[in-house]
Amino acid sequence: MLMFAIKRLGLALLVTFTVSIISFSLVRMTGDVATAIAGEGATEADIEIVRQQYGLDRPLSVQYIEWSGKILHGDLGQSLFFQRPVSEILAEKLPVTLTLGLLALGFAVSLAIPLGVLAAVKPNSLIDRISLIIAVLGQAMPTFWFALVMMVVFGVILRWLPVSGSDTLAHFVMPAIALGYYATPAIMRLTRAGMLDVLSSDYIRTARAKGLDTHVILFKHALRNAVIPVVSLAAVQLGFMLGGSIIVESIFSIQGVGHLALISIERADFPVIQGIVLVLAVFYIFLTLLADILNGWLDPRIRIS
Amino acid sequence: MTLQSAKQTQSATDQQAILRPTPRQQMIVRIKMHYSLQIGASILIAMILMAIFASFLVPHDPYAQDLSNRLVDPIWGSTGTWDHPLGTDSLGRDYLSRLIYGSRIALMIGFSAMLISGVIGTILGVAAGYFGGRVDAVISFIILNRLSLPVTLVALAVVSVVGSSLEVVVVVLGLLIWDRFAVVLRSATLQVRNMEYVAAAEVLGASFPRIIFKDILPNISNHLIVVATLEMAHAILLEAALSFLGMGVQPPLPSWGLMVSEARDFMFFKPWMITVPGVALFLLVLAINLLGDGIRDVTTPEGRN
Repeated sequence: MLMFAIKRLGLALLVTFTVSIISFSLVRMTGDVATAIAGEGATEADIEIVRQQYGLDRPLSVQYIEWSGKILHGDLGQSLFFQRPVSEILAEKLPVTLTLGLLALGFAVSLAIPLGVLAAVKPNSLIDRISLIIAVLGQAMPTFWFALVMMVVFGVILRWLPVSGSDTLAHFVMPAIALGYYATPAIMRLTRAGMLDVLSSDYIRTARAKGLDTHVILFKHALRNAVIPVVSLAAVQLGFMLGGSIIVESIFSIQGVGHLALISIERADFPVIQGIVLVLAVFYIFLTLLADILNGWLDPRIRIS
Repeated sequence: MTLQSAKQTQSATDQQAILRPTPRQQMIVRIKMHYSLQIGASILIAMILMAIFASFLVPHDPYAQDLSNRLVDPIWGSTGTWDHPLGTDSLGRDYLSRLIYGSRIALMIGFSAMLISGVIGTILGVAAGYFGGRVDAVISFIILNRLSLPVTLVALAVVSVVGSSLEVVVVVLGLLIWDRFAVVLRSATLQVRNMEYVAAAEVLGASFPRIIFKDILPNISNHLIVVATLEMAHAILLEAALSFLGMGVQPPLPSWGLMVSEARDFMFFKPWMITVPGVALFLLVLAINLLGDGIRDVTTPEGRN
């Protein structure tokens, strides 16, 4: 188990390293940063001054080493627009996005697992068909459009929920649903498949033959085993949600990382952009690492292969 | 048992073998029984025809502004007329005509981005599965890197630096969404690679391009088609989201995502303005997904589970 965990950790660190190179070069590969900072109407001389001021005239490898050295000390650089450290701004915005992501995941899981279990207990029944329809419709719904429709219906016509801001928990209801429903079909299908698999196994037949209560069989014996892969899928989905919150945050004016990313992109505030890409990627890498280790711990077959 | 009766049973089984439907016939039967596949295929064909014959179908020029006829209601609204069956937008452009032309953009971007990502993902996936070992390790590492980057954010950042246009959106999406092709085709190739006919071809001295094109690709093509439909739907949703955020297709092109974005200011008074392009987008993505799920069901015996 320890060897497995160490191997996975090494891989995670290696991916973190290459991702840091990608997020560093992303903005530089695709355009001239100095021109972007200098803004429209800047003369060649202005751009040259900016280039020297930000050290952009040095070789890329030197810039990268300096940047990554600072990151190891927790310094993500200075925002061009806010004139404040990027790490400080991110520390303010991350809790909002994390709250949103966790609520969205909570919504997805609490809808998907019961539906998946019910669908597996009675395959090809009405409930199985309904959950399949929910899955198919859910996957085709554009997030931004779903968010706007909810806003019109629940915010304006019914007036049940506030349409923008992030002050109270009520503000998070619609954004969490908009962000979370997209993950529902995948979690549901996996729960259904896992339950079907487990329910046809020998130990469930034994439990049934012993005359155990159906509820005990379902929740104590079957669900526990069926849910193992779901845990790791949920971790991966949380990573996707943090990255995908950009649309939902901009629609509901939630002041989180996604919103920050969008305004920084509009302002060509590249230290913030590369900081966000890196932080979100690291979140994803360590969520999947956690999921893999958890899986290996719960299911010995995984760590051996 | 006499020789005669043995001959009779022999001819009976021969007859059964002749009468048994061929795999192709079986597949046609399965397609005929699969209603959601038929629905998906019909909607998709209708949308493709709409896109091809857009110029004959539209009642008005989709770019022609008519400021005296702004925000006309659709036919079911109070001020609706048959002249503008779906009303007009804030610049007085005919909504139905823009909707019809929008199908061209959605299909074009979805298909081209899918093609680019399909080529990248197939090469990586097949190479990893076929060669295994170090090649597999390197490619799996590349896939991990790609997965840890947040797609929406990276696409937005790159598009904002390069400048947004239809071609840029296609290329950026194509370069970003190949991960599922690579993951799925890698495991499919791994399975096929262990088949005896591949070993036989190797023993006969077939070159590896021949084995890949003659033995492997034909046998993983059903997986390829299924992923291709999913990724085309994915690309269409991403394009719409980028255009919605103002970083995708630029006005005055009638992208459905852009139409929703332009209608956002009026959505509380004229909710149909976001409903119409949103439903079109939803239907197209739903149709492609239904088709993909259907193809998976009819080509793989284990189907849905």
